Amino acid sequence: MKEKLEAIRREIEEGIGAFDSSRALYEFRKTFLDNKEGKISQLMKGLKDVPKEERPAVGKTINEVKEWALALFEETDRKLHTLELQRRCEAEAVDVTEPAEEGTVGALHPNTLVQNELIDIFASMGFEIFEGTEIETDYYNFTALNTPEDHPARDMQDTFYLSPGFLLRTQTSAGQVHVMEKEKPPIKILSPGKVFRSDDDATHSPMFTQMEGLVVDRGISVCDLQGMLDLFSQKIFGEGVKTRLRPSYFPFTEPSVEVDVSCFECGGKGCKLCKGTGWIEVLGAGMVNRHVLENCGIDPEEYTGFAFGMGVERIAMLKYGINNIKTLFESDTRFAGQFRD
Amino acid sequence: MLAPISWLKEYVDIDISPKELEEKLFSAGFEVEEVVELGKDISGVVVGLVEECSLIPDTHISVCKVNCGEKGTFQICCGADNVRVGKKFPAALVGATVYATAKDHVTIEGVMTIKAGKLRGEESCGMLCSGVELGLKEELYPGAGYMGLLELPDDAPLGEDVKPIVGLDEVIFDIGITANRPDCQSILGMAREVAAVLKKPCRLPDLSYNENGETLDFTVTVEAPELCPRYIAHAVNNVKIAPSPAWMQRRLALVGCSAISNVVDITNYVLKEFGQPMHAFDRRDLKDDAIVVRRAKEGEEITTLDEKTFTLKPEHLVICDRTRPVALAGIMGGLNSEIKDSTTQILFEAAKFARDSVRKTGRALGQSSDSSARFEKGVDEFSTVMGMRRALHLMEELGAGEVTSYHVDVAVNPVVQGKPLVVSLKRIQEILGVTVPENEILRHLEALSFEPDIRGDSLSVMMPPWREDIDNSAADIAEEIIRSWGYEHITPRFLDKAHVTSGGRTPEQKKAMKLKNVLCRAGYNESIFYSFFSPKDLDMIRLPEDAPERRAIRLMNPLTEDLSLMRTTLTPSMINCAVRNLRRGNTEGRFFELARIFLPKALPLTEYPEERQTLCIGAFGDKETFFTAKAAPEAVAKAFGISFTYQKAQRPHLHPGMTAEILCGGKVVGVIGKLSYEICEELAIEKPVFLTEMDYEALSPLMDEKMRYQPISKFPAELRDLALVADEALTCGEITEAIASSCKYLTRVSLFDVYRSEAIGEGKKSMAFNLVFTPTDHEFTADEIDKYVQKILKKLSFLYQITLR
Repeated sequence: MKEKLEAIRREIEEGIGAFDSSRALYEFRKTFLDNKEGKISQLMKGLKDVPKEERPAVGKTINEVKEWALALFEETDRKLHTLELQRRCEAEAVDVTEPAEEGTVGALHPNTLVQNELIDIFASMGFEIFEGTEIETDYYNFTALNTPEDHPARDMQDTFYLSPGFLLRTQTSAGQVHVMEKEKPPIKILSPGKVFRSDDDATHSPMFTQMEGLVVDRGISVCDLQGMLDLFSQKIFGEGVKTRLRPSYFPFTEPSVEVDVSCFECGGKGCKLCKGTGWIEVLGAGMVNRHVLENCGIDPEEYTGFAFGMGVERIAMLKYGINNIKTLFESDTRFAGQFRD
Repeated sequence: MLAPISWLKEYVDIDISPKELEEKLFSAGFEVEEVVELGKDISGVVVGLVEECSLIPDTHISVCKVNCGEKGTFQICCGADNVRVGKKFPAALVGATVYATAKDHVTIEGVMTIKAGKLRGEESCGMLCSGVELGLKEELYPGAGYMGLLELPDDAPLGEDVKPIVGLDEVIFDIGITANRPDCQSILGMAREVAAVLKKPCRLPDLSYNENGETLDFTVTVEAPELCPRYIAHAVNNVKIAPSPAWMQRRLALVGCSAISNVVDITNYVLKEFGQPMHAFDRRDLKDDAIVVRRAKEGEEITTLDEKTFTLKPEHLVICDRTRPVALAGIMGGLNSEIKDSTTQILFEAAKFARDSVRKTGRALGQSSDSSARFEKGVDEFSTVMGMRRALHLMEELGAGEVTSYHVDVAVNPVVQGKPLVVSLKRIQEILGVTVPENEILRHLEALSFEPDIRGDSLSVMMPPWREDIDNSAADIAEEIIRSWGYEHITPRFLDKAHVTSGGRTPEQKKAMKLKNVLCRAGYNESIFYSFFSPKDLDMIRLPEDAPERRAIRLMNPLTEDLSLMRTTLTPSMINCAVRNLRRGNTEGRFFELARIFLPKALPLTEYPEERQTLCIGAFGDKETFFTAKAAPEAVAKAFGISFTYQKAQRPHLHPGMTAEILCGGKVVGVIGKLSYEICEELAIEKPVFLTEMDYEALSPLMDEKMRYQPISKFPAELRDLALVADEALTCGEITEAIASSCKYLTRVSLFDVYRSEAIGEGKKSMAFNLVFTPTDHEFTADEIDKYVQKILKKLSFLYQITLR
């Protein structure tokens, strides 16, 4: 029995190193440890032929060999498994510099990106977003905005007419009146939308986007206008950007101002972007003209307000360095691919 | 508006540099858009005296010794015929810059730098210049038009820079004038603003004249006062037509006006100086000694000074004598009464015509002039009165005629004096948000001629008669104060008196934004195209004559025919986008546009049309198939918790076998399909193009933004794959629907393979579906699932004769 055990032990020791897979090792293991056919199990079964008094000692010895074999196989199996994983990894190794599989993501239009940014800023200040119609009446686009028919300011904007009374709005201010007719102060609205003027060259497009803001409440002054513009400019163009108001004219505001921001490219020293002036014109604004308030049934003695309007394309062009407004309406894949949220 | 600084200086003492003046005007609301420096290309040209001059034999070249004072004496060769000893000429020394002229000695070809050289063997250290070579012309400096050398005055100091001597040091501002300030459309108007910013007095030009006592038997009648609120006429006799003096010609030339004769030049001079258009009639041509300002009779004709003939209508205002029009009011005089060399009696007209009448007449007839441009901006009656006086003064000053005592002034509302206005100081502070010190208010309003006076809270002012833009409001006065005091005095404040309001996008706006983001994630780029398109676009997509899309709103004044209709469908813009990209070598692309289409209720428009939000999706390139395209609406459906079904359909612009209507809740909400081969060939498109257009307005209310949680089953789902053999004509949609409706535990039915072979048979296809059964209250056994599958197969066999493969 002792010899048999010794032979088994030797057989295992000599054979165990020859395998390179867990599966082959398992087959080898079965020849010794299979519950029925395994050589060690067979020895266990042969125990009944051993004299009774020797049985405990022999049984113990067989068990010792079995324990030893189990441990050895387990350890060898672990080593082999590690080796196998290693080989698998080697086989699966990739060239990490090969290109990624394409899962393309599209981009929002730069106008939308700018609009979203503006809307976020003004929404946080309590502005509601109002979108008017692109087709307007002469009354809402001009007359109600203190621009009667014989007014020279009508020449400031070349208007597309659709019928004698209807036109393509030339300014989002047209929406102001609709809002003020329905709602009473306090009013804080931001009104983005497409506007149209019969202009067509490298810097003008017959359709472009405006963003109009309106605040009407008690005690609103030019100081509030400048305060809000300062905040807005810093948020959109960066900290440290300053604003400058200078007199201008719009029929629906009085006083009217043109608003410049200090050049965010050169910090005001003068560069190509600001044409050497250190300032960039970004929007028009002013205190709402009392006639406009009156036209909407709001008492100008009780309420005052300010309005401002800017060209979204202009801001987009400034922010992203786009040089021709036309490219914004062409949807060239090479253009679209350059923007991201 | 062109304003030469030298002319402004006649009314205001300007003691700062043009640059400083430019900045001050800018802060006051007047942007100098361009600064024209007359002699900016000319340098190093000095006064030189020809001391010796001898002709090189057999040539026309003279060798001259030119004394340039402290600069030295130089030998300069010269080919001009008027070079003379003892005369002074502009001498361009070595290094000087002057204009190079062509062989005609008139056309300027660029700027040249003078170098020392030799002419016919003689040294020449410089060049004697003509007027043209200095950039001058006769009107700017007498003698400058001569082809030879420009002769300088005998008292010109030797060696001095010639620029100030010949007026080449002139700086002209081109000033942008806002529409509310027509009073600044004149030199005097700008001079008033310059005086205000400099806090200096503004001198009014001389308006005095002597009437000779003569009166006339002449009548002026205004029959259309609504179009002509003011008409002033004054007669001048013993007129002698001659050229106007050099100073007047020069000023007119500086502002782009050519000299014609003393009388015509005076009318132009007053127009530029006072902003008052003037007209002069040859009085002998006015029949029956009468002027009648009236609407034209239908079909009446006039030939204007430029010999163009117009047929008139009653909406056109004309100046007539007793029988016929003699001027198109405010636009141009008639040829029949123009000033001629033989003219001896004139009638001056200074009037105010309604600005929209002048504009409409001018536009309708296609006729315009400096006068009409001026009237369209608005002329104040103060200028009408002053302009006439100035013209009469100039007639006298120039000795061009005798001012008679015949003067007529027809006024609807004779306002010449300013109107008083009292406003509250508190109100001004409320508007501006800052307290302007009273002394500053007084100082600035004083400078702007408002004659201010403060008593307690009351600020009383006299509105200057030329400021017709000033309304009766505190805001007007506040604006004047702050633009003069300076906006830098405004202290930024952030709505501290205003109510707190809640803001943000409406749910609809949020939904639209989400839609855009969903499509971006699906690989599509957002597009924005023009809201108008071409009638050709409607033909391109093969719309039948009676298609509703053909009922588009037309622009009355489109830029071009290609941009003449408001869009009734977004598809053509998307097709054009694909064409544009492919032509530029961009072989693939994915775009979407969310925009409005315009559906009129009546044409021409008498009420607001419907502006309907519409979604258009386009994909082009070799990788695109019907099913990659279909993924876009499916992504939208998934994101918004809705489901679309698709039914085969036909559209004239789409592939007959690859077109489907998209349905949501039983309603057609859109169309998806591949652009037809015919259109692709027509547009030379060689890649597949897929187009989807959806009625977002109809879709939007169906989009469910509410999310509700369904408890997930505790029991594992069971999966089964079924390979079915079906008739070719059966659609995936029909089979899926049949399977899905036959077992309530089915939570997913999806096609994963379609296979055709001879073994399967002609006209048949094998479709493999993935089925997921999800239990609710117990774990499924294999038998249960088999039972369900059998039920499904039985139904498919019964409905569609489908067999298991």
